[in-house]
Amino acid sequence: MTATVTPPAAGPRTRRAPLPDAGPARPRRQTGRHVLLGSIAFLWLVPLLWAVYTSLRPYSDTSRHGYLSLPHSLGFENFGDAWNQSGMPHFFWNSVLITVPAVLGTLLFSAAVAFFVSRFDFRFNVVLLMLFTAGNLLPAQVLITPLYRLYLLIPLPGWMSDSFLLYNSVWGIIVIHIAYQCGFCTFVLSNYMRTIPKEITEAALVDGAPVWRQFFQIALPLCRPAFAALATLESIWIYNDFFWSLALIETGDKRPITSALANLQGQYFTNPNLIAAGALMTAIPTLLVYFALQRQFISGLTIGSGK
Amino acid sequence: MSSVRPAPDAGPPRAPAPVRPARSRPRPLRLGRGDRLFLTVIVGVPLLALLVFVWLPALASIGLSFTTWDGIEPGDIQWVGLDNYREIFTNYPPFWPAVQHNVVWLLFTALLPTPFGIFLAYHLDRKIRFTRFYQTAVFLPMVLSLAVVGFIWEIIYNPDNGLLNGVLNGVAPGHHIDWLGDPDLNLWAVLIASAWRHTGYIMILYLAGLKGFDPALKEAASLDGANGRQTFLKVVFPALKPVNIIILVVTVMESLRAFDIVYVLGGGVGSKPGMELLSLLITDNIIGESSHIGYGSALAVVLLLVSLVAIGTFLAQTFRKEDQ
Repeated sequence: MTATVTPPAAGPRTRRAPLPDAGPARPRRQTGRHVLLGSIAFLWLVPLLWAVYTSLRPYSDTSRHGYLSLPHSLGFENFGDAWNQSGMPHFFWNSVLITVPAVLGTLLFSAAVAFFVSRFDFRFNVVLLMLFTAGNLLPAQVLITPLYRLYLLIPLPGWMSDSFLLYNSVWGIIVIHIAYQCGFCTFVLSNYMRTIPKEITEAALVDGAPVWRQFFQIALPLCRPAFAALATLESIWIYNDFFWSLALIETGDKRPITSALANLQGQYFTNPNLIAAGALMTAIPTLLVYFALQRQFISGLTIGSGK
Repeated sequence: MSSVRPAPDAGPPRAPAPVRPARSRPRPLRLGRGDRLFLTVIVGVPLLALLVFVWLPALASIGLSFTTWDGIEPGDIQWVGLDNYREIFTNYPPFWPAVQHNVVWLLFTALLPTPFGIFLAYHLDRKIRFTRFYQTAVFLPMVLSLAVVGFIWEIIYNPDNGLLNGVLNGVAPGHHIDWLGDPDLNLWAVLIASAWRHTGYIMILYLAGLKGFDPALKEAASLDGANGRQTFLKVVFPALKPVNIIILVVTVMESLRAFDIVYVLGGGVGSKPGMELLSLLITDNIIGESSHIGYGSALAVVLLLVSLVAIGTFLAQTFRKEDQ
């Protein structure tokens, strides 16, 4: 791709430093670009690095010398303390209980709907796809009151929810995430599946493979790149959500880590260093997901959105 | 549309019986009993969830917006017609500031972080070294939860010991700016934090679009003597219309729905002077201590109608091709 775009003035002309001595043209252009991108990247990392720096300093150090000062000691004590004092393992576990089933459910269900609308020619397919896509674009606040009442009406057996209701249970949070997020994933996956040649499933059909085998053994494996991209985005969104759990979970100890962090802030607001450590730790799971799936991330999105 | 479908056994589109309408396409496709059952289940379950948990509440909200209700006993719901709307438009002080702030939010996001994200994607879409590092650095804020983002900006904006005032004092002492408390400043402070996240999101979406772009088009443009900027503006940008539409919708929807970051930076107490937004007013009225469900729902419907314009544009653009 780069070989095609090397006309003389492809760079950000205004930003490049006017170097007086002539060097070879290409490396200089790249240097300008690296300076530009490098400074932007650094600028973008500053807030995060500041939080890391704060979290590494003991509270006594910052309270004596101020936050904007050189460190007299650095260490990981805040991380240990935040982990032990605030019950973080418990809230992490709540987040896992919500995020893992919600992401898997969203991907499976939206793959099914996408498979249906892209592989079969029913008249109402477009309507179906619109219904899902538009559903994801509705603001969450529009749904919340009726949803809350609805959750109070739906009974669950005691082994699923100790409130015996969909309200105040992790199931309720999982369900709304799946219902709400399916729209986006269906949209991306249906675009993706449309690029898979119809001949592949038709060949399977001729061989007598039932639809469920076409779905599980042909369509799903072929969508792996799109799944990687969507799994990244959905894990980030669902793990980070805090509106639904704030509105649909009553007891604090059932909440996921993100909304629990708000409680933590109220409880330990005197010690920002500790909260910085706690906040940074909550980001670790999404960071791991991002780094693990980064390679497939952009390529998986490509066909879905760029079509 | 579903009336075209000759499916006597299926009621609402909840159970899409895979009986093919004879008119659609000539390709003969016989689905057996098991296949039909399988398809009905795998499409029916998510569709049911969508209708019950998303569309039904959305419609119910519209209904509630014509009532007055404290949100406790469903028997207390009283029909008041358009009263809530009249009140909102004429007699609810935070409403117009909220609308104004939503518009500011939209304009700011559309004019700064969105083009900047596209600009970054344009520069990252070539085989240069460290590109993955640059991408990660700019995308990183998207990965963080808004609670974390809120906290990070809190320690930057804190008037007493925040980074920003600290740096300003180092340059010219005597500054004590309450970035998040001053009603003239706090919206902009929050917008900066929001732009910090939004840029990475747009960059990734656009980068994905550029990676899927046909390089032959660019090659042709450069053979015709176009320079980099001309190629981008005249060839690449117009050809990436689908991505541009997605980015437009993302920008509009994110600006309308903006909630978490303002909620967190406002101290988690709903709307604050200078930071009123529609989403926060709705939350104030619905989840706040004194529930005015009808009122909040009417606000929600206003937000819904504005969103529907964006959704409608998007769907019309996206599905025009397929609807033939």
